[in-house]
Amino acid sequence: MNRFGWVHTTAVGISAVLALTTGCKKKEEGATGGTGATGDGPVTLNASGATFQKAAQEVAIEAFTKAHKQIKINYGGGGSGKGRKEFADQVVDYACADAPYKGDDAKSVKGGEFFYIPNLLGAITVSYKLDGADKLQLSAETLAKIFQREIKKWNDAAIAADNPDAKLPETDIVVVRRAEGSGTTENFTKYLGLAAGGAWKLGSGSSVEWPGDTQAGNGNGGVADIVLKTNGAIGYVDLSDAKAKGLTWAAVKNQAGKYVMPTAGSVTAAGDGIEVNDQLLFSALNAKGDAAYPITAQSWCLVYAKQADKAKGNAVKAYFRYLVTDAQKLLSEIDFAPIPKALQDKALAQIEKIQVP
Amino acid sequence: MELFDLRGHRQHADRAFRWGALGAAAVVLVVLALIAITMTDRARPVLGEMGLDFFTTTKWSVPTNTYGALGFIYGTLYTALIAISLAVPISFGVALFITQVAPRPLRKLLVYVIDLLAVVPSVVFGLWGLLVMAPALGLHASFFTAGIILAIMITPIITSLSREVIETTPATDKEAALALGATRWEMITATVWPHSKGGLVGAVMLGLGRAMGETIAATLVIGNTVNITASPFAPGYSMPTVIANEFGEAEPLHKSALIALAVTLFVITIAVNLVATWVVQRSMRRSGGK
Repeated sequence: MNRFGWVHTTAVGISAVLALTTGCKKKEEGATGGTGATGDGPVTLNASGATFQKAAQEVAIEAFTKAHKQIKINYGGGGSGKGRKEFADQVVDYACADAPYKGDDAKSVKGGEFFYIPNLLGAITVSYKLDGADKLQLSAETLAKIFQREIKKWNDAAIAADNPDAKLPETDIVVVRRAEGSGTTENFTKYLGLAAGGAWKLGSGSSVEWPGDTQAGNGNGGVADIVLKTNGAIGYVDLSDAKAKGLTWAAVKNQAGKYVMPTAGSVTAAGDGIEVNDQLLFSALNAKGDAAYPITAQSWCLVYAKQADKAKGNAVKAYFRYLVTDAQKLLSEIDFAPIPKALQDKALAQIEKIQVP
Repeated sequence: MELFDLRGHRQHADRAFRWGALGAAAVVLVVLALIAITMTDRARPVLGEMGLDFFTTTKWSVPTNTYGALGFIYGTLYTALIAISLAVPISFGVALFITQVAPRPLRKLLVYVIDLLAVVPSVVFGLWGLLVMAPALGLHASFFTAGIILAIMITPIITSLSREVIETTPATDKEAALALGATRWEMITATVWPHSKGGLVGAVMLGLGRAMGETIAATLVIGNTVNITASPFAPGYSMPTVIANEFGEAEPLHKSALIALAVTLFVITIAVNLVATWVVQRSMRRSGGK
């Protein structure tokens, strides 16, 4: 009896100390409620998915695990498609993707019901390198014609019409796109389909049939490298990679007819008018509003509604709470934007439904 | 008594060695066979779907599940051809310079530098090609840009092997030629070349195999776009690069198509080697050489 009593008191003591320390750390991080300590032993969460939000995951994981030293999280990236597949096969504890499952693919998910938790918005830039021009602005129709190789010179009349004040050189346009299937390609081509109307003829998807005289790079970084080193090049690259590589990007004409540069502010503005369905699915592309950047993409993290493992379940739940609350404040520093407050609340409500044994 | 024991022991070691060596050789064959069998099996779905069109059409469209490999086969052979045309004269030149012309200290330095070139990781060549060489030469990613980078990558292999082959030319043969009044060039064509021909073809074939199989360096500078055109300055695509780019995100039939590409590359490489062996043997029979 005595022995058990001793164990019990010690255990209570340890958890009290744990709660205290995590409590203190939480205050240091400026966190308030919601993300609470899990009280379980060391846990490792493995995740994969969208490279679009890899930087955001890394920042969130670093801050979260600093406050929860017993939790370790590995976000492997690999692409939205890989994330969806590994989540469906229960290879990873959670996954992130720029687009939801399509059609019957959702039926291949082996772990039962799951939630889409939206966690960020981000801009896809139209980056270019053109000696003698550094402040270009482009409309959706012009972009569509450039990317399907109808416009082949930078001094084309359509580009000149978008840029009345610019002096455009007669340089050949080199179109750079992704070599592999990618969520960024999917969102970019969806945007062209939405905004350019009938002018965009290549369709949309994680990979489309690009013309033979385009160049392709692997990953956002691969596209950025080619654009950076090729005079006359134009390509689509997510804002954080474009910034990291020192690229120049264009202002893009939005639905309201305004040319808008991608910034944390214009991306947030794009999130203001979104319509969200019950599954928390939505599209921020081609958003209304004067200040909205039109090629704004969204990303979700996927999590099972019924967690099989107690320790992992608690850790996932705590991390997801963190993702849609305090982690939102870190996003603008790395060139993403938070999701609107109303959506944060809906996401949090969804997370509370996660069942842990 | 002691001697007898020792011999028994030695026979034992001998037998162990023989079985060990046999096992090592068998492992290679078994692994090769297993690779061939699994890959061919996994390639079957796409071949069932596309039939021979897989090899004769160029439309590679993931959204419509249409897979034609001709563009990648063309790109692989074209870039390898450019690489070989650039690398072979340079490699043979360097090998002859090292073995026949260079003074001894320079010879050692050259051998060292070339062997060093062979251990540079391929991604370094690729990035250098993309970020430094192509902009400096005003080139875009294309068959030609990839060909140059592949040429640089296979030059060390071809040079090292040809140098070793050429060095086996008997000094007596060379001295005899020189004694008969041959110039250095005549000596090379009369003694070194006939003696080394087979080995040199082998060196080129190893280089060709590496050029056709190179993935990471090629994907950075080839352009990754299917094109069948004679223009070396158009962007292209090759079999290993498309496998590397698309495998991670591939759905079942798409994955099967990529594996079928790998099988095709495997078969082409083997075919090239067989043809090379045949060429070597025939030329040797004709010259009545070794």
